[in-house]
Amino acid sequence: MYDFTYVWVLIIGFGVLMYVLTDGFDLGVGILFPFARSEQDRDIMMNSVAPVWDGNETWLVLGGAGLLAAFPLVYSVFLPALYIGVFLMLAGLIFRGVAFEFRFKAAPGRRGLWNAAFFGGSLVATFAQGAVVGTFIQGFETENFRYIGGPLDWLTPFTVMTGLGMVAGYGLLGATWLLLKTEGETQQWARGWAYRLLAALMVFFVIVSLWTPLTDAYVRTRWFDHLTWLWILPVATVLVAAGLWRSLSCCYEATPFISTIGLFALFYAGLLFSKWPYVVPPNYTFHDAASAPESQLFLLIGLLFVVPFVLMYTAWTYYVFRGKVRADAGYH
Amino acid sequence: MELDPLLLSRIQFAFVVSFHAIFPVFTIGLATYIALLEGIAYRTRDPHWARLSQFWIKVFAVVFGMGVVSGLVMAFQFGTNWSEFSYRSSNFLGPILAYEVVTAFFLEAAFLGVLLFGRNKVPPGVHLFAAVMVAVGTFISSFWILSANSWMQTPAGFELRDGMVHVTSWLEAIFNPSFPYRFLHMAVASLLTGGFVVAGISAWYLLRGHATRANGRALKMTLIMLAVAAPAQLVIGDFHGLNTLEHQPAKVAAMEGAWETRAGLPLLLFAIPDEDTETNRFEVGIPKLASMILTHEWDGEVQGLKEWPAAERPPVGIVFWSFRVMVAIGTVMIAVALWGAWLLYRRRLADSRNYLRLLTLMIPLPFLAVLAGWFVTEIGRQPYVLYGVITVQEGLTPSLTGGMALFSLVGYMLVYAVVFTAGIYYLTRIVRAGLPESLDEPDHAQGRPKRPLSAADTPLDSATGS
Repeated sequence: MYDFTYVWVLIIGFGVLMYVLTDGFDLGVGILFPFARSEQDRDIMMNSVAPVWDGNETWLVLGGAGLLAAFPLVYSVFLPALYIGVFLMLAGLIFRGVAFEFRFKAAPGRRGLWNAAFFGGSLVATFAQGAVVGTFIQGFETENFRYIGGPLDWLTPFTVMTGLGMVAGYGLLGATWLLLKTEGETQQWARGWAYRLLAALMVFFVIVSLWTPLTDAYVRTRWFDHLTWLWILPVATVLVAAGLWRSLSCCYEATPFISTIGLFALFYAGLLFSKWPYVVPPNYTFHDAASAPESQLFLLIGLLFVVPFVLMYTAWTYYVFRGKVRADAGYH
Repeated sequence: MELDPLLLSRIQFAFVVSFHAIFPVFTIGLATYIALLEGIAYRTRDPHWARLSQFWIKVFAVVFGMGVVSGLVMAFQFGTNWSEFSYRSSNFLGPILAYEVVTAFFLEAAFLGVLLFGRNKVPPGVHLFAAVMVAVGTFISSFWILSANSWMQTPAGFELRDGMVHVTSWLEAIFNPSFPYRFLHMAVASLLTGGFVVAGISAWYLLRGHATRANGRALKMTLIMLAVAAPAQLVIGDFHGLNTLEHQPAKVAAMEGAWETRAGLPLLLFAIPDEDTETNRFEVGIPKLASMILTHEWDGEVQGLKEWPAAERPPVGIVFWSFRVMVAIGTVMIAVALWGAWLLYRRRLADSRNYLRLLTLMIPLPFLAVLAGWFVTEIGRQPYVLYGVITVQEGLTPSLTGGMALFSLVGYMLVYAVVFTAGIYYLTRIVRAGLPESLDEPDHAQGRPKRPLSAADTPLDSATGS
């Protein structure tokens, strides 16, 4: 029998990474919103992500539908286990979307409400996504392919830590995005935040990296039983972080953003390999979670034709809206 | 009182999906209309058409935005509240929903940007192409989602192995028995909804003497479309009903309020079905007409609800009355559309102020008809989520508690109340602002985002309502 499970690991992995990176920077811009120097800067910040954010969120919908199609067990265990967290994430995304649309239409005096909704929605949605990562590491109480744990099992000191780490990470993506898309004093301001958030992110990285093997025997065995090539990942992480720190000090504009993407890719790889081959830890592997081969194949054939086009016009959108965002051109 | 997670989940699903459904049902029809306007504008180079199109694109942007936001919830709700159903049917529903995302959602997102903000940025032909692509995207989206829904109503092309659905024929599963009827019925419902909104608002403008030339043309072409589509919907609905009779006879029995299996079933105009006594009170009906409609014979036999044990019957009253609401509104729509066509034929449309007033009052009706129709089909398939295979009770998330379900239900109600209020307020402002004077858009530079709502530049809060 043919088996496309590994192909689907790659496809879903790519989709989730696309979501994290693209919606990550626009959520990050929302997280930085209250700290902006002026309302004018807030206009610039919003305009820098305005053209692309809803396309970015389509990757989230694809993630949901893709998991149901390829790894239904992940869909049907993660969502019930994270019921409250998923609600908070969706409510955050909705409020944030509405704020996006209505802030520019509101009279200046009433913008505070939408500013708060934009910040609050971004923050809550990001925290919830970070908590999902923490919950994945922590594992799920399952029996006979069903989640049997309680409604708040996902909310532990550890997942609060990963939630905050995600806030720092998306914040950094947002700051380095703004570094790329703005100029002058706004850019300097973004640079300042990039330093702080990078420092914070690395602190969370160290804490989570130590906490996980201490509490999780499976992860400890994987990393510490013998020296594996996996150690390339943390070494690379430190090197990329150092390079990012240096690139912040001077004239680089795109390098910090690209380096941050690199950091996220490394975290992501580290996360997957720590738990590999488990996708619903501690009981179920990718193979246990996979859908029927004929279903995997049926969708795979279509994706091979359609996804190249999706990527092409997505890239085209970014191309159309390339360049710096300026204050005088930003109103709509 | 013990909180029942099943009941609360059903209320939540009904609330979320009803709220969501009113947006796409409007945007599908409106997208087609906009593509048509763009096409005529492109061919004739007449600015009146482009002006109309520009106005309706603004309305489209707001409604589409609300549909996107509420649709996000739908993508996750299957997993949060109905994980058992999702898991067991994932081998079919997963690929179908994923196909919807990659073939429709991304397409709409990309070309909507060009449609909303690209009029002066891309050649007219590309702009027209974008309008067509958005319209095509909305139909592709409804193709997949109605295929999924129809499969839940009339499952086909699969077998169960250890309780899991395994697809044996993709063609049979996708084009399951009720799909062609449901798809057509819904597509025409979308045209009717979009058509009556366009007609109503055009009439409202004509009554106020605003942009009479453009709105007069809009009303004319919309009325012609409605005069064809409204009666056609009656025929399609009849076929859909016959299909339901074949595959889901219990649903039809509830629609007709028929308890006993009998020949010459009357068509009930009024009744209060009583599930306890298994009878109707205050019955008023036309003898034998229901048998005629359903079997095309005056003395045709129709199965009554008593054929099924009480636990396998849908709730009768709400199905019975939702069906009557839908049919009554449909009848009104046919009458109004034909009256309009007659006025048009006699060239008396512009003077018939009462008719124009009636058209503006019609705006909410198609939405009510669509919701009533979905109530019939969704409540009418109870107690099953996958008809005859999985009940809603079995499909529920095992770990879900009543408290969790209540928390999210109240939460979604609050969130949607805010979104809906803001959206309606904003739509009203756009309509009050009227058609754009000219097509020279201000140069937004970076401010020409592709995100939906910002195509509408009408400032909120600044002007007081007139």
